[in-house]
Amino acid sequence: MKTAAIGKNKHSALYKLKRHRQLFAFLLIPFIYILIFAYGPMLGLQIAFKEFDASLGIFGSQWVGFKYFEKFINSYQFGRIIKNTLVLSVYSLAARFPVPIMLAICINVMRNKRFKKASQMIVYIPHFISVVVLVGMLNQFFNPYVGLYGNIYRMIYGANAPDLMTNPNSFLHMYVWSGIWQNMGWDSIIYLAALSSVPAELHEAAQVDGASRLRRVFAIDLPAIAPTIIILLILNIGQLMNLGFEKIYIMQNNVNLRVSEVISTYVYKEGISSSGGNYSYATAIGLFNSVINFILVVTVNTISKRINDTGLW
Amino acid sequence: MKTSVEDKIFYAAVNIFMVIILIIVLWPLIFIVSSSFSSKEAVMAGRVVLWPVDFSLEGYKAVFKTNEVLIGYRNTILYTLFGTILNVAMTLAAAYPLSRRDLPWRRPIMFVFTFTMIFSGGMIPTYIVVSELGLLNTPLALIIPTAMSVYNLIITRTFIENSIPKELLEAATIDGCDDIGYFFKILLPLSAPVIAVITLYYAVAHWNSYFTAFLYITDSKLYPLQLVLRNILIANQIDSAMVTDFDTMTSKQGLADLLKYSLIVVSSLPVLIMYPFVQKHFVKGVMIGAVKG
Repeated sequence: MKTAAIGKNKHSALYKLKRHRQLFAFLLIPFIYILIFAYGPMLGLQIAFKEFDASLGIFGSQWVGFKYFEKFINSYQFGRIIKNTLVLSVYSLAARFPVPIMLAICINVMRNKRFKKASQMIVYIPHFISVVVLVGMLNQFFNPYVGLYGNIYRMIYGANAPDLMTNPNSFLHMYVWSGIWQNMGWDSIIYLAALSSVPAELHEAAQVDGASRLRRVFAIDLPAIAPTIIILLILNIGQLMNLGFEKIYIMQNNVNLRVSEVISTYVYKEGISSSGGNYSYATAIGLFNSVINFILVVTVNTISKRINDTGLW
Repeated sequence: MKTSVEDKIFYAAVNIFMVIILIIVLWPLIFIVSSSFSSKEAVMAGRVVLWPVDFSLEGYKAVFKTNEVLIGYRNTILYTLFGTILNVAMTLAAAYPLSRRDLPWRRPIMFVFTFTMIFSGGMIPTYIVVSELGLLNTPLALIIPTAMSVYNLIITRTFIENSIPKELLEAATIDGCDDIGYFFKILLPLSAPVIAVITLYYAVAHWNSYFTAFLYITDSKLYPLQLVLRNILIANQIDSAMVTDFDTMTSKQGLADLLKYSLIVVSSLPVLIMYPFVQKHFVKGVMIGAVKG
């Protein structure tokens, strides 16, 4: 009998497949999906080393080696784009990171239960606003004529406010602080979770010893969330060069472009937008960025595992 | 225990700090809503500070007269509905076998999924794949390339592993239940909390996304709401037909600004109305995600 023949070797791949065929049936479509839409593009990365010609396809195009990487590194845009990407991501991380920690500690200290609950609920709201609406809100809000910023400025100084949205110097701050406004509440959840697991006896014992609430923040609360802080810091450093495209792209205008052009937006413009169309060049730039990201993530993950035995994998 | 003076000052300081934070978070939100309910003259003269000035529904009337917005709204509802159904089905189908300790090659298969979180082909090669499959400019381009998020897969798998007792599987197997039967009869009902979490995550992501449509859709009849919004709010492409009722340029500009405020409110409304009722699920998702290790 056929099944008996297969069943003879319990370690054969076919036997395992057959025995767990129902489980593999569940996995089939997600697996095919990930192969096509995550690994398919990875195969397509080879066009970074090729002269992509749509009529020849990905596999038929001519190899050109590192031509496009050299082109990027030698282009006049290179220094500026790398600098913009780094400035934006480092400033963003430095400004953004401490805020949710402070917020979580304050929420945790609050004694009025209802005020505490209401505060939590309210500070999470902006997280659910879409990028388009957020930037639209920024535009309206900082509109010197009809926005709140303009209205208040006029009330105080009696004159029209300077236009911040078209000022390249304010782009960085707008980008970073609108991000903080949007996500500080949401990012504080994880710290609040860590704080809620602090045993009440710890606080009671400290109180008996006469420790003030402020002292207990530094002696109990902060140490309790220190591991979480370290893990999140490490993970964030791993994502440093991974600046999203969506928000930056819609915040760009001709005036702020010299500070707002970053790798991801440049890839889009060189590759897909109507003025671009150079797939190989754009892919090379994207790959350059992905490799840096990959090295960063793997490095910080290794360090994280050494230090506190936790990491992404 | 009596509160010392020092503590009283500290608690008061924290409360004041929180009040300031709440003002910073709420004021812009209230300002947008108030502006949307004000008259275009008040908006244009910059008289709105906190509450509506000269209450009017003009902005909303203009929004609902705008064809693109209505089409975008309908499209987004459809994309969100079908996209989320596919997302949740795919995520559960992958999470269940991967949560089973007896699945052969479990670790390597999981690695195939998680590796995509730290390395990807990037924008252009993905675009080529989508284009080669003939998905460009079809509604499927907004549903299939984003059919599953590995992050949500991990949340779901973690939940199943930690919250559903393994003895249930043994008991069900003894009673003659196969893997498919176990999934539908036992696992699905018990996974309701995590299904709620990922459904909400996916639905909000669909509702708020403009990027996939921006890349893959050029036919304006297929535009989702966020792309319509982008064109009006950010690229300032206001169709002159929308404001023909008004003669002067200033009046047009006033209505355009009013329209933007109303549009922001109308487009965010479904998510924000749902929010108070489902808030605890969102928070739960962060917690489940945090315990993975």
